[in-house]
Amino acid sequence: MQAIHTKIWLEEPENENPYATKAAYCHGYNVYDDMLGNCRWVEMLFLLLKGEAPTQQQADLLEHLAIVLANAGPRDAAIHAAMCAGVGKSVAASSLMAALAVGAGQYSGAREVYLIMELWNKLGTDESQWKNFLLNPSSSDIVSTWPDIEHIPGFDPHGNVTPMSIMTILNKLPIDAYTPHLQWLIYNRVFLEKQSTKPITITMIAATTFIDLGLTLDEGEMLMLLLRLPGAAAHSLEQKKYGHKKFPFYSIELEDQHGKKETQ
Amino acid sequence: MKPDDLKQFSNSLKTRMGACFPGEKAIFRGHDLHQELGDIEWFDLYIYGITGKRFTKNKLSLLETIWTYTSYPDARIWNNRVAALAGSTKSTANLATSASLAVSEAEVYGGGVLYKSISFLLRTNKEIDVSSQLKIHIEKELHSNRGIAGYGRPLISSDERILPILEKAKSLGLNKGPHLKLAYDIEKLLIEGRWRLRINYAAISSALAADIGLSPMQFYQFMSTVFLAGMQPCYTEAVEKPAGTLFPTACHDIKYEGVKKRIWKEK
Repeated sequence: MQAIHTKIWLEEPENENPYATKAAYCHGYNVYDDMLGNCRWVEMLFLLLKGEAPTQQQADLLEHLAIVLANAGPRDAAIHAAMCAGVGKSVAASSLMAALAVGAGQYSGAREVYLIMELWNKLGTDESQWKNFLLNPSSSDIVSTWPDIEHIPGFDPHGNVTPMSIMTILNKLPIDAYTPHLQWLIYNRVFLEKQSTKPITITMIAATTFIDLGLTLDEGEMLMLLLRLPGAAAHSLEQKKYGHKKFPFYSIELEDQHGKKETQ
Repeated sequence: MKPDDLKQFSNSLKTRMGACFPGEKAIFRGHDLHQELGDIEWFDLYIYGITGKRFTKNKLSLLETIWTYTSYPDARIWNNRVAALAGSTKSTANLATSASLAVSEAEVYGGGVLYKSISFLLRTNKEIDVSSQLKIHIEKELHSNRGIAGYGRPLISSDERILPILEKAKSLGLNKGPHLKLAYDIEKLLIEGRWRLRINYAAISSALAADIGLSPMQFYQFMSTVFLAGMQPCYTEAVEKPAGTLFPTACHDIKYEGVKKRIWKEK
């Protein structure tokens, strides 16, 4: 018999049925008997990814970020995608799949978080290294299916001001000695924005938080995808109720090979 | 781009790709879909949509055959298994297919390796003139990427798709291109150099597509649905069988290799 290997999950069967779970253990902890009622959702998330329970500070930090990321609002492309599913009354899973596919990208998405985390690992909290990079940004030359990226990860290519929301989030995150990268980001934000000439984004805050939580690049990318789904679900369901008559279809300007335009 | 610049894109789509004019017509890359393209084969339209170019019947036939010869309705294969598992949980066919397609963007066997393979062949063909340079180029690639996309196969070393697709290419007069020759020159060096990496279907299909004239992005887009035909039967059979009977896994089928049981902290 071929087995599935795991370090995460142990299930003990009922005596009468090997397919029925008597008890389940997550990284050694009895989930239903011991954790349930004594464990926060974010603690379970952290345990699943890292194999160890978070400290109180880590759980608090992750919970703050989870609230920040829970809903990007209907202007966000991933939420827009989920709403497209909702308004057409697509099946529930398609809303989240749409949000995942669009929210996976290198512009405001989970891949951008991955790339920012990669930058943190490469540049650390070294001011001169960041300066050199921001003055001469280079992207990876690894051949992959990801399209070429046009902006510096973590900075808004269309921005001209640091939004108050970003400032408020940075002020409210529980930052202390356990979060050296977030601390450094707060102290050096103006410097970074001056060098890049662009304001930082939510993805920068998410990636920096993930670095301070000790997540790997893959774990950070995955958690970013996961934490943004609640808003996608809610907005999809809302548009399903509103219906297509209240959802923009937008106008179109079609240009042919000869430059002739046709609008609708 | 500044915020004011973004405003020009708000509320309107400027496009050259096409549009639907309800009750009147639909335009597909500059042509009336129901009039000018009324007799086009779907596969021709698909490739035209990706590339903006029309290809000869023989080239289209070869591209379609690249799909056909790797359409395996085997629910053990990872992407197909997703479609089948969706059937077994009585999920919808569309979700099964969509998820299975998403999973097909795999570094080991899917979109990831295909994109790398055609990129490598195009780049190598452009840069290398003689075989001595090719050997150095291969060694460099092996050193930096720990392998060459399109050579070697995850489960076994031989590839049953190669001979049939080469015969098809020959019958269509499309087996003499420079990228196909290069793909085999590379294999020869890899075998002589004792890396023991044999050419696989990714390199063959990449080479044929490169010789037809597809770019890496066009080939990758075209191949994103390459496994589609194999997925549907996997779903069909699984959804017809009793729920939960595809690879039912008992507790003892899981080999737990984690830490010992321990006590969760009190609240």
